[in-house]
Amino acid sequence: MLDRTAATSPAYIVDAADPQHLRRAIADVTLGFSRWRLASALAWLDLRNRYRGSVLGPFWLTLSTAAMLLGLGLLYAALFRMSLAEYLPHLAVSLVIWNAIAQMVNEATTSLTSSEGIIRQMPLPYTVHALRCVMRNGLVAAHNLPLIGVVFLACGHLPGPEALLAIPGFILIAINAFAAALLLGMICARFRDIGPIVASVMQLAFFLTPILWKPRLLGHWEVLMPLNPFYAVLETVRGPLVEGGGPLIAWVAAITYTVLLVAIAGAFFVRFRGRVAFWV
Amino acid sequence: MAAIEASGLCLDFPFYHLGARSLKKRLLGGARLHTDPSNRVVVTALRNLDFRIVTGERVALVGPNGAGKTTLLRTLAGVYEPVVGRLLVEGQIGALIDVAAGMDPESTGRENVTLRGLYRGLPDAQCAELVEEVAAFAGLGDFFDVPIRTYSAGMGVRLAFALATAMQPQVLLMDEWFLAGDAAFMAKAEERLARLVGGADILVIATHDFSVVRRWCTRAIRMEGGVIIADGPAEEILAGMGV
Repeated sequence: MLDRTAATSPAYIVDAADPQHLRRAIADVTLGFSRWRLASALAWLDLRNRYRGSVLGPFWLTLSTAAMLLGLGLLYAALFRMSLAEYLPHLAVSLVIWNAIAQMVNEATTSLTSSEGIIRQMPLPYTVHALRCVMRNGLVAAHNLPLIGVVFLACGHLPGPEALLAIPGFILIAINAFAAALLLGMICARFRDIGPIVASVMQLAFFLTPILWKPRLLGHWEVLMPLNPFYAVLETVRGPLVEGGGPLIAWVAAITYTVLLVAIAGAFFVRFRGRVAFWV
Repeated sequence: MAAIEASGLCLDFPFYHLGARSLKKRLLGGARLHTDPSNRVVVTALRNLDFRIVTGERVALVGPNGAGKTTLLRTLAGVYEPVVGRLLVEGQIGALIDVAAGMDPESTGRENVTLRGLYRGLPDAQCAELVEEVAAFAGLGDFFDVPIRTYSAGMGVRLAFALATAMQPQVLLMDEWFLAGDAAFMAKAEERLARLVGGADILVIATHDFSVVRRWCTRAIRMEGGVIIADGPAEEILAGMGV
């Protein structure tokens, strides 16, 4: 028989007259992050179960992204009258990062409702479910990232040391992903119509964000680009890898949007965390 | 020392995803359905519960379906936060409400036990200990390394039971469950259950089975429609219910 485990705090006190929303939310996040091994085990399971019995498994995604890169690359390089070597590195980074962001946002809408069975049966920090969603999408994205290297090699595009700036860019994306998983997960648990709305917004955002096209094609409208949060966040990775460092304004915008999203998600989580079990 | 203290505990279940307006027309006759200040239709799951359970007590929650027994257990476990009132649970909580929750059908028995260890927040060494212990008790042999999707119902119960009882919490919360193992397993199960219950400072069990109440419990709380209608020694309450 196992000894008494010190997994939970010895005293559990809830008083509706003094709900202590903030303290509970902070405890949820810290305990949730300390359980990152559970979140990562669940993320691996999700991935394994999704591709169970498939020969290529998640590498199907790599293959389909590669096919898309080739097809779109040839077509749009011709449309924009650019050489393939000039256009393809831009497209590779943009498309791979965009796919990761889009999939993350779409799955964020179900980060809590998909764990309904667990949420209603055992007390577990909600942070764990959000973290599971982020980690799963991180793993999927990792299957596509090598394509960027392949395209760079094929096109003879060698980024300089400023490519290291992409690392803080990836960190920004990860922070946004976690905040989005919590915020959208909660909102979509409460209002079931938000999920489809998010999906169509993301579809529109694909065309409004410079993924297929380069920002400079906009001419004098280019200055408005930082108003698009997806552009800003995308640029923090694409800039360092493709353009020899992104514009400063993109970084300022990306950090501002991240702070905003974290603040909104945090406020929402603090206020409504206790209601999630009733929503899912 | 373990203790459970509830004062003025209330819990409302909102109906979010049903057409609230038509639902109101159809259902608002029953006393338990009403609209709250923000005009949502809610069902009162628990109303004004006051009780105190101290170390050594074995409490049965009895009452008809929908009386709020499982909801009360889940609230004690920390799944639902009460909307009104105060709740204090002292001591490490072990909840056996739905033992199959969090099991992954595509994973092997062994993987599921490790996963459960992670759910409980156990460090690696204790996870390994848990795997050994469950493997020894469940007696699944080679099937322990086969996806549990392929298990027979009885094998599933063995694994779930072994896993659920491989802990020694101070406050044990149990929902009624059904044992469907073979006879030899039942004898083993009984002994193990007795050890789990005996080792806990407090037991709260929701059940319809009065023999369970007589056998295990010192006290019974009778609930109906989300309120406590009787609370006292188990025999007395059962007598009051006419059994």
